[in-house]
Amino acid sequence: MLLTQNKPTEEVLESLGEEKKIFLLACNGCAEVCETGGEKGLSEMKAELKKAGKTITGQLNVDFLCNKVLVATRLNREMDKIEAADSILVLTCGIGVQAVSKVINKVVHPSANTVSVGGLQGLWASDERCEACGDCALDYTGGICPITSCAKSLLNGACGGTQDRKCEVDSEKDCGWLLIYERLEKTGRLDNLKKFHKARDHGKMFPSKELRETSFYDIEK
Amino acid sequence: MKLTERFKEGKFVITCEVGPPKGIEVQKLIDELEPLRSRIDAFNVTDLQSSVLRAGSMATCRLLKEKDFEPIMQLTCRDRNRLSLQSDVLSAAVLGIENLLCLTGDHPQLGDHPEAMPVFDLDSVQLLSAARGLMNGKDMAGNDLEGQPPQFALGATVNPGADPLQPQIIKMEKKIEAGARFFQTQAVYEVDKFANFCEKVKHLNVPVMAGIVFLKSPGMAKFMNANVAGVNVPDAIIDELAGAGKEKRVEKSLEISARLIKELKGSCQGIHIMALGWERHVAAVLEMAGL
Repeated sequence: MLLTQNKPTEEVLESLGEEKKIFLLACNGCAEVCETGGEKGLSEMKAELKKAGKTITGQLNVDFLCNKVLVATRLNREMDKIEAADSILVLTCGIGVQAVSKVINKVVHPSANTVSVGGLQGLWASDERCEACGDCALDYTGGICPITSCAKSLLNGACGGTQDRKCEVDSEKDCGWLLIYERLEKTGRLDNLKKFHKARDHGKMFPSKELRETSFYDIEK
Repeated sequence: MKLTERFKEGKFVITCEVGPPKGIEVQKLIDELEPLRSRIDAFNVTDLQSSVLRAGSMATCRLLKEKDFEPIMQLTCRDRNRLSLQSDVLSAAVLGIENLLCLTGDHPQLGDHPEAMPVFDLDSVQLLSAARGLMNGKDMAGNDLEGQPPQFALGATVNPGADPLQPQIIKMEKKIEAGARFFQTQAVYEVDKFANFCEKVKHLNVPVMAGIVFLKSPGMAKFMNANVAGVNVPDAIIDELAGAGKEKRVEKSLEISARLIKELKGSCQGIHIMALGWERHVAAVLEMAGL
């Protein structure tokens, strides 16, 4: 199971910035168990956003946001509410956020950090990868993970080794930062690239003592 | 002398790349640089270029310093975490090195130790920012340095032939914001494309040095076109080189480089020569280019 923890509310609000109308999308799989997603995650986030003066254009709880076919089909029924929103706040793990970003042309923001990918990873059946870095950057990179899509896990843009769209390490693999650039351009968020992204806190890769003492960890032992 | 001082003097700055040996015999390297003493402002010493194990940049920089050459220490993020990188920045200052070129670095998989761990704890922008922090007396954790902080001319790289170009320029802007005060580029063979790039970054007001790589053979040109990011040697140049025949090839190659330098000179503030084993020909090329 993937373990997620909510980002601090201030960080989520900062990533939403000036956006007023938000569509809330939660995962009813692992994130439901962690209470970052599911009904509980949704209602708590909704309350926080309302308090911050945001309008919720719609909300949806989907079993396994990591399953792209399921997500795309289900989101299709909510298109009017999604289109009315400035962005989608996705209440799930890093893989779920990447999957949503891939199936819909809308700005996505993660609400949680993924801290462990131990055990069975939901229905994760595709090419999105999460390294459980504990400090999700998907908000800044248009829903494409720079840690797993870039061979060097760079945070401030491509290294200069991109050749014919491909990574310098693997001529079969698209340069992750080129995909991020194109995604941000498509969603009108190129300004994100101009922000200086500070160095990663590698300490966040290790789940906290408190989390290790929860029943999730006990079950997996 | 810091490279930035040279630019301030309004000089067209010339730098040349030096690769430390795979071993400890440095005399050949020093001998090759001697004829360039009066022509080259500073020598970039590479940091395990192409991820191939060699002697280190810092020791070689110090050696150049002792022989009265001006070194530019290249520092990549490939092999060291932030503790080690910051320590090397301080150590470089202890050894009197005044120019620092901060790079991301090639991936280890491209080199002769492909099984090595790729570190990349920092990227080039973060490294520049960390170096500038140290210059302001603070480490990355916000702790104060004791005494006089180090002072460097911080440099960075940019690839003017990248496609798309815009993300390169955005990253260049970030590098400047993080502390870069001069730029050296990937090899340039397309004069108009380079001039167009220089025009686009003119407003950034930071010196750009065009990269010059000697084309040793038509095969090398074709290899670079296929394998080196953002480099495109036009067919006309490849044909010109091929047409010269084997015995006249070196002469023709040097002539092409000298001509490129002359044509690029108007759009940039300096050139950076990567001779790749042809250091002995650098003086002749500069002579032909009128520098």
